[in-house]
Amino acid sequence: MNTNAVTQTRNAPVRAGLSRSQSERLSTWFSYLLLVLGSIVILVPFAWMLSTSLKLKADVYIFPPQWIPKPMQWHNYVEAFTTFPFGLYTYNSIIIVVFVLIGTLFSCSFSAYGFSRLNAPGRNFIFMVLLATMMLPSAVTMVPIYLFFNKLGWVDTFLPLIIPAWFGSAFFIFMMRQFFMGIPYELEDSARIDGCSTYGIWARIMVPLSKPVLVTVAVFTFMGTWNDFMGPLIYLTDENKRTLALGLSYFQGSARSAPDLHLLMAASLYAIAPCVILYFLCQKIFVKGMVFTGVKG
Amino acid sequence: MNTKKKWWTRSRLEALDGYVFMTPAILGLLFFMLGPIGASAYFSFTEYDILSTPKWVGLDNYINLFQDSLFWQSLKVTMIYSVVSVPLGLTVSLALALLLNKNIRGIFVFRTIFYLPAVMSGVAVALLWKWIFNPDFGLINWAISLLGFEGPKWFIDEEWALPPIIIMSLWGVGGSMLVYLAGLQGIPTDLYEAAEIDGANKRKQFRNITLPMLSPVIFFNLITGIIGALQVFTEGFIMTQGGPNNATLFSVLYLYRNAFSYLQMGYASALAWVLFLIILAFTLIIFKSSPMWVFYEGNRRSGK
Repeated sequence: MNTNAVTQTRNAPVRAGLSRSQSERLSTWFSYLLLVLGSIVILVPFAWMLSTSLKLKADVYIFPPQWIPKPMQWHNYVEAFTTFPFGLYTYNSIIIVVFVLIGTLFSCSFSAYGFSRLNAPGRNFIFMVLLATMMLPSAVTMVPIYLFFNKLGWVDTFLPLIIPAWFGSAFFIFMMRQFFMGIPYELEDSARIDGCSTYGIWARIMVPLSKPVLVTVAVFTFMGTWNDFMGPLIYLTDENKRTLALGLSYFQGSARSAPDLHLLMAASLYAIAPCVILYFLCQKIFVKGMVFTGVKG
Repeated sequence: MNTKKKWWTRSRLEALDGYVFMTPAILGLLFFMLGPIGASAYFSFTEYDILSTPKWVGLDNYINLFQDSLFWQSLKVTMIYSVVSVPLGLTVSLALALLLNKNIRGIFVFRTIFYLPAVMSGVAVALLWKWIFNPDFGLINWAISLLGFEGPKWFIDEEWALPPIIIMSLWGVGGSMLVYLAGLQGIPTDLYEAAEIDGANKRKQFRNITLPMLSPVIFFNLITGIIGALQVFTEGFIMTQGGPNNATLFSVLYLYRNAFSYLQMGYASALAWVLFLIILAFTLIIFKSSPMWVFYEGNRRSGK
């Protein structure tokens, strides 16, 4: 907090013997100390994961642990891939993520435009109901939605994991609606005068202008779908249709690989890598995106 | 404009467009939210194993549920987890947000690091933490041994099965931390300046400015935190399979088993509804209590 301007005019008592600038410097150092300690707590598990993934099988079970494996077993990553079809699982995950992304971005921005700009009787009521469903635990709808997809014969296909994304998600619709409401009406009015239809306005003005929020939604959707476990667990039974997250859970459970922690950690690191890379690429948009959703009040 | 009375007036056309645009959301609401809730309520009064048609059994599922010791165990586990992890997570993430709100050099790097665990969840993270808490060769017990103590038998002793899952949940508080941070940055600095002139120290400023101004954000994080905590599943499924001796049998895990291992869809639906009512009760209590502790800036400035 920048309060320098005030500092000069103020006469409040200063804490025992320290001048104001000294106590401020002390508090800055203390902050750094806490920040560094916190960073260590957050990063050590990753280091542990990486270290284990590069060890010889026998070296995993040495106590106290050695942090830097000698020699580095880069080969573990290849071995994890040959014991288990992670390539295929990655392909399955990518297919699902791509269709979920397209569906989410289309359905949410399309609906959000209706909720933000077009007057229709009952619109606000529908929007309130939609927002209320954010509080609905997915556990309640899980069984009936499964039975529904089972009736359609879609169990053991990717469809139950993809189709719901094409029907909007309350939180993302809310986010996009907030964003659309900040776009000036003048742009739409002039397009309308030029003969542009409502759908044209959505496609040619609203969507291109809302790139930041679309990217944010896309990143969140990617992370959520990539990491999703319960959906694939319920719907996918065929071994060859498993997603990466689901495959990983079986990798842990399979008899031949249960004790092979070095391979398990290699596979886990591989599974989280796309999320980490995406996060570092998009972190600015990420943090800003969260801020303008305006959870306050 | 045409002065003749036309049925397709401009406002009606606009409404039509509006409904077309809202169609995905409305259909989603019907097919994936409202419809399933109704269906779930119906199934909870039936016996249904998917293979045969549902058989109406009245309140039997609910009566059985209340006599089912595993149901009570799962409820106990879920409650303990929620009651401990939610307040703890809220406090830790607020402390981190306060730390990250400081205007010092390099803060952006720290913000990036602190949020990192929140972008990962699910299986890989659960596997990692299971290994970290390995009683014999894990990182945690190694650290404890450095201090000269012997670490507990995590996941093997019943009373040491739930704590690692709670500790692990703290690692991922980045999401609520970021929401707090956004809230902190929305507090006008003139409030602090005025307080400083009045001679209020940091602690008083925190209690009388930061906390009240942040209370809507705390409210938001509390609600989402409770809803999330009551539905924990992956950790229990991956790390402990509900064991040892059902010490980590979370409600949703028990629900999953009833539905997809024992194919008791009716019983599972009843379980889901009880869970739903519990979440609803918590949410309502927090909502009803909110005028007592949530401060909306709009009220201060008489309307937004």
